[in-house]
Amino acid sequence: MHDERWLLPEGIDEVLPPEADYLEGLRRELIDLYRSWGYELVFPPFIEFTESLLANDGGDLDLRTFKLTDQLSGRTLGIRADITPQTARIDAHPLKRERPSRLCYVGMVLQTRSSGFAANRAPIQVGAELYGHSGVESDLEVLRLMLETLERAGVGELYLDLGHVGIFRGLAREAGLSPDQEQALFDALQRKAVPELEGLVQAFRLPAAEARMLVGLAELSGEEEVLARARALFRDASAEVRAALDTLETKARYFAAHHPGLPLHFDLAELRGYHYHTGVVFSAYLPGLGQEIARGGRYDGAGAAFGRGRPACGFSSDLKTLLGFGYREATEKALIFAPSEEDEGLREQVRQLRADGRRVVCALPGQKAGPADMGCGELLRKQDGDWVLRPA
Amino acid sequence: MTFDTPITIALSKGRIFKQTLPLLAHAGIEPLDDPETSRKLILDTNHPQVKLVIIRASDVPTYVQWGAADIGVAGKDVLLEHGGDGLYEPLDLKIACCALWVAGQPGADLKRRRLRIATKYVRSAQQHFAAKGQQVEIIKLYGSMELAPIVGLSDLIVDLVESGNTLKANGLVKLEHICDISSRLVVNKASWKMKHGTVIQVLEALREAVEN
Repeated sequence: MHDERWLLPEGIDEVLPPEADYLEGLRRELIDLYRSWGYELVFPPFIEFTESLLANDGGDLDLRTFKLTDQLSGRTLGIRADITPQTARIDAHPLKRERPSRLCYVGMVLQTRSSGFAANRAPIQVGAELYGHSGVESDLEVLRLMLETLERAGVGELYLDLGHVGIFRGLAREAGLSPDQEQALFDALQRKAVPELEGLVQAFRLPAAEARMLVGLAELSGEEEVLARARALFRDASAEVRAALDTLETKARYFAAHHPGLPLHFDLAELRGYHYHTGVVFSAYLPGLGQEIARGGRYDGAGAAFGRGRPACGFSSDLKTLLGFGYREATEKALIFAPSEEDEGLREQVRQLRADGRRVVCALPGQKAGPADMGCGELLRKQDGDWVLRPA
Repeated sequence: MTFDTPITIALSKGRIFKQTLPLLAHAGIEPLDDPETSRKLILDTNHPQVKLVIIRASDVPTYVQWGAADIGVAGKDVLLEHGGDGLYEPLDLKIACCALWVAGQPGADLKRRRLRIATKYVRSAQQHFAAKGQQVEIIKLYGSMELAPIVGLSDLIVDLVESGNTLKANGLVKLEHICDISSRLVVNKASWKMKHGTVIQVLEALREAVEN
């Protein structure tokens, strides 16, 4: 047992030197990026009443949240498994602005089971959310910011996957499905399990036209031609469904014009976060990586649980996942080695170098490790009464 | 037929492999080695772009979910236990057909409180009895389930039944049908999006082969 004390729990990891240094650099760069787009930084608490963390949960966020009892209030507290609901609360209540709010954040979240970003249960979630505007323009701003985030993180060759939960929602409403039926079809659609879908629409005795559209939805994925196929299939569908297609077409046109090299994939049966999202959903994929590396979408009205529902759109990613792509050793100037010596001139020189932004490590008396052992590229040496920098 | 992108297909040895071969042949894919005689785990095919990996049946969903293979063939029994999260299962290959059954000694009392169920299919067994409103104790075994009721380890078993000969030889009978099982084509989510053309090409060829 004692031999295993150093082990960390499953899915819990830590970031050590030198990666930690890179991760911090990336964190600063991304926050600076969001600030340069007018996004304001927030630090929501690590722990909250589960009631507010789960106010909009129709899915499995409850199961993914670690919980404990508050000894002061007797109520149940949850450790955040996702920061997005917290920012929705902040927009709806503490900020309560009329104008659009742009918020960004970075922080660790904890999940009882991994939600897909590798097998990591303690991701460092980084993201941005835009509240108070409903329309393609805010969708596109958030999408562009997500792409820029991935570019800064050194993610090359990525694929953007676009979908819209309004299509399935509209079809389900039209077919008059019960919540249980909707859930069963949703599960099968998520797995594109066409044989099961066919069985379900038959068991639910859906009219032929509705059944054909619901089963056909599973096969609507691929390049832009999907939208034309969808137009044909949903010719007689409700206005809600056709409006969702319009939104996707606008996006397709925008990306074709502004990001011609970006491979786009449309998947109209992609309903990730269906219980939470209300409009367009998107995720970024990389060749050779089985899971998405960033995701987002529209979730209008999430603030309603806190007294004020507003249009909302955002994205998030995991810094620890991003760490794997653009990782490079720090390129800043080398660490400087200062000998262990009581000397006023040396102390002054060290102070000056640090004030100039250099990194100086002072040797300790009796220390055997030299500059090379300490990872120093330069050292301070006394020459003609002055302390000067020399290559180590 | 040619393939634009490299693609890896995960299969398990034995029945699934044997019955998938004719379907793959229809898609123009033929392995260059026989996994029953070769010790290789990655088999080359007549297309340099297409590789087959030969793994345990219950590992197929894991390989495909994490993108170690783009496509796989897995029994519905295995998918039910895995949960199927993070996978697409667009096609029923209608091979390796059998059914999941509750079985036991003739006249076994199905209504007794807290039945003990020996099975390899923990999740499916739990769901089946929960849907009937019955709480049961599950005993996870890795094989030879038929032995459990005979030696008093459990009251009933949940197992795949094909011909029913093993049950019969051990004096057991089928009691309740849970669901029919066949093999499904499973596809990694990212491969579906990024190798869409190739994945659809294989999918359509297999669909055609199944329908013939």
